[in-house]
Amino acid sequence: MAQQLTPPQWSTGKSPMRHGDVPFRAGTVALASAVVLLVFAVAGMLYVSSQEARTAFGWDLLFGTVWNPIETELSPMSFGGWPAVRGTLLSALIALIIAAPLAIGIGIFLAELCPLSLRTPLSFLVELLAAVPSVIYGVWGVFVFIPFFNSAFANPISTTIGSYIPWFAGPISTGRGLLVTGVILALMILPTIASLTRDVLGLVPNTQREAMLAIGATRWETIWLAVIPYSRAGIIGAIMLGLGRALGETMAATMLVGNSQRISESLFAPATTAASLVANELTNSVSSLHESALISVAFALFGITLFLNFGARLLIWYVERSTRGGRS
Amino acid sequence: MDKYNYRRRKITDQIMRNLTAVATGCAVIPLIAIIGYVLTIGAGAMSWSFFTDVYQPPSNAVVSEITGEEPAYDPNDPFAGIADAPSEDPNAPVDPADNVYNAAPRGGVLHGILGTLMIAGIGLLLALPIGIFAGIYLSEYRDERYATIVRFCCDVLSGSPSIVAGVTIYVLVVLQTKQFSAFAGSIALAILMIPIVTRTTEEMLKLVPETMREAARGLGAPTWYSTFTVVLPAALPGIVTGVMLAFARGAGETAPLILTVLGSNIISTDIFKPMAALPLLTYRYTESPYPGENTQAWGAAFVLMMLVLIMNILVRVATRRTGGNSR
Repeated sequence: MAQQLTPPQWSTGKSPMRHGDVPFRAGTVALASAVVLLVFAVAGMLYVSSQEARTAFGWDLLFGTVWNPIETELSPMSFGGWPAVRGTLLSALIALIIAAPLAIGIGIFLAELCPLSLRTPLSFLVELLAAVPSVIYGVWGVFVFIPFFNSAFANPISTTIGSYIPWFAGPISTGRGLLVTGVILALMILPTIASLTRDVLGLVPNTQREAMLAIGATRWETIWLAVIPYSRAGIIGAIMLGLGRALGETMAATMLVGNSQRISESLFAPATTAASLVANELTNSVSSLHESALISVAFALFGITLFLNFGARLLIWYVERSTRGGRS
Repeated sequence: MDKYNYRRRKITDQIMRNLTAVATGCAVIPLIAIIGYVLTIGAGAMSWSFFTDVYQPPSNAVVSEITGEEPAYDPNDPFAGIADAPSEDPNAPVDPADNVYNAAPRGGVLHGILGTLMIAGIGLLLALPIGIFAGIYLSEYRDERYATIVRFCCDVLSGSPSIVAGVTIYVLVVLQTKQFSAFAGSIALAILMIPIVTRTTEEMLKLVPETMREAARGLGAPTWYSTFTVVLPAALPGIVTGVMLAFARGAGETAPLILTVLGSNIISTDIFKPMAALPLLTYRYTESPYPGENTQAWGAAFVLMMLVLIMNILVRVATRRTGGNSR
C-alpha cells in the first residue's frame, strides 16, 4: 500500500525535508562567518598586541633607524624599524622592476601569441612554479644562485662601477643582500603576475582584436593598442598582487637577505626585511616591548598587503565586470 | 614614405612578438633550473637511511670503532656513544678524514616527513569543514551581499603573508599555553589552507550546471538535499583537487612553523609538543655549517618538491579528465 505523494502534500510543506533548508543555510553561513571572524581575529590580535609598542614609540617603529632590543650602557634600547621597512620596500621594488615587464611579456605570449601546442605545458609550468614552496627558492638561492651571482655579477660590478655608484659598492662578503633577494623574489612573483595577466587578457572580447586587425593593424599593434588598454586595470591589479606577495615573502628573504640591522647604501651588503625580522626575532624576543614592537611590524605588513589586495581585487573585478560576457 | 612606414611597423611587430617569447624563455629557464637542481642534487642525497633514520649529529667517528658495538639510539642523549677521538697533542696536524666538516651526511629525515604529514594533515582536517561549507555558501547563495564580504575576507586571508598567520597563532596559542606545539602549527596552516579550499569549492560548485539544480528542485528536493546529493557529488573531483593543492601548500609553508612548531630532532607523536617538519629541516640544514647537513637540505627540498609536483600533476590529470576548471 504505497502512499501516493500528491503535489499539495509537497507544497504545504508537510515533508520533513523542507525544514532542512533553514539549518542548512544557518550552518553554511556560520562556517562562512568563521572566515570573516578569522580576518577580524588576526587584525584584532595584531592591533591589541602591538598597542604597547605603538604607544611607546609611535611612528618611530617604522621610521626610526636604530633597532636595538637589549639595553646596555652604551646603547639605549630602541625599536626603529626603518632598516626592515627599507629592506622590504627596496627588495620588493627590485623584484617588481625585474618581474613586471617579464611577467607581462609572458602573459601576452601565453594569451595571444603562443602556439596552441605550447600553451598548455607552459601554463602548467607557470602555475607549478607558483606552487613551489618558498623555502626551496631559499635553498636554491643560497647554494646555487648566490655563488653564481657573486662571480658573474656582484664582484665585477662592485670593482668597476661600484667605486662610483655607492649602490653597487663592495666589498662582497657572503653575497647575501638586497639585490640577490630582489632577484629571487622576482622569480617567485613572476608566475603570480604572469598567470593573472594571461587570465585578464583572455577576458578581452574578440571583437576588439578583430576590429583592429580589420583596419590593417599588425598583431603587435592589435595587442598594444586594442588588447592591453582594454585590460590595463586588470594588469595593474596583477602587479599589485605580485607586489603584495613580494612584500610579505618570509623564507626566501630570511635565507638570502643576510639579516643585518645596519643600513648600508650598497645593495650587495646584508640587510633585513620586515618579514624576516619577525621570523628571526619573535620567538627569541627578550621583553614584552620587543615582542610588541615585532608584532607592530607584522601589523604594518598585514595592513599594507590588505590595502594592496583590496585595490587589486577592485581593479580585477572592474575588468571582469566591464567585459562580462567576454570572449566567447 | 608609405613603404618605409609599413616596413617599420612590420619590424616592430616582429621584434615585440619575439621579445615576449624571449621574456617567456628568460623566466622559464631559471625556473626549470630550480626544479632541475633540486631533483638532481636532491636525488644524490637519497639513501635508504634518509627515509628510515632520524637526525644524527655530524660525525666521522665510526661508532663501532669506539665502543665495539652499535649502541641503541637514545633520543634523550643523541650524542651517546659518539665520543670525539681523544687528541693527545692539541697542536698535532689533523688528518682531513678526522675533520668533522668532511663527514658524510648521517641520519635521515623520517621525523620531518612524519611531522609534516601530521601537522599538515591535522591542519587540513581543521580547514576542511570551514572551507567546504564556506565554499557551499559562496556558491549556493552567491548573490547575497554577505557573500561578497566573505569572498573579500577569503582574499585577504590568501593574500596576507604567511608570517602573519604564524604571528597570530604565536600570540593566541603559543604564548597562552606557554608551549610550542605541532597543534599550534596545524592551526596556523589551517588559516592558510581555508581560503584555498573555500575558493576552489566555490569555483567547482559554480561549474555544476544550473540545470542540475533545477532538475533536483523540479523533483521536489529542497536546497540542502539537492546540494548534498546532486551538486556536491558532481563537483567532488574538483573539490578533492582543491583540497590536495591546499595540503601541498600547507606542507611547504615554513614561516608559520618557525613561530609555532619550533622543530625537533626526534620522532614525536605528541601533537601538543614541538615536532619536526620537512620545511623546518630544509631551512635549518641550509643554514648549517656542515656540508653533510647541506646535502640533507637538498634531500629534504627534494621530498617537498616531489610532494608538490605529484599533487599538481595528479590535479592536472584529474581536472583534464572531468573537463572541469577549463580556462
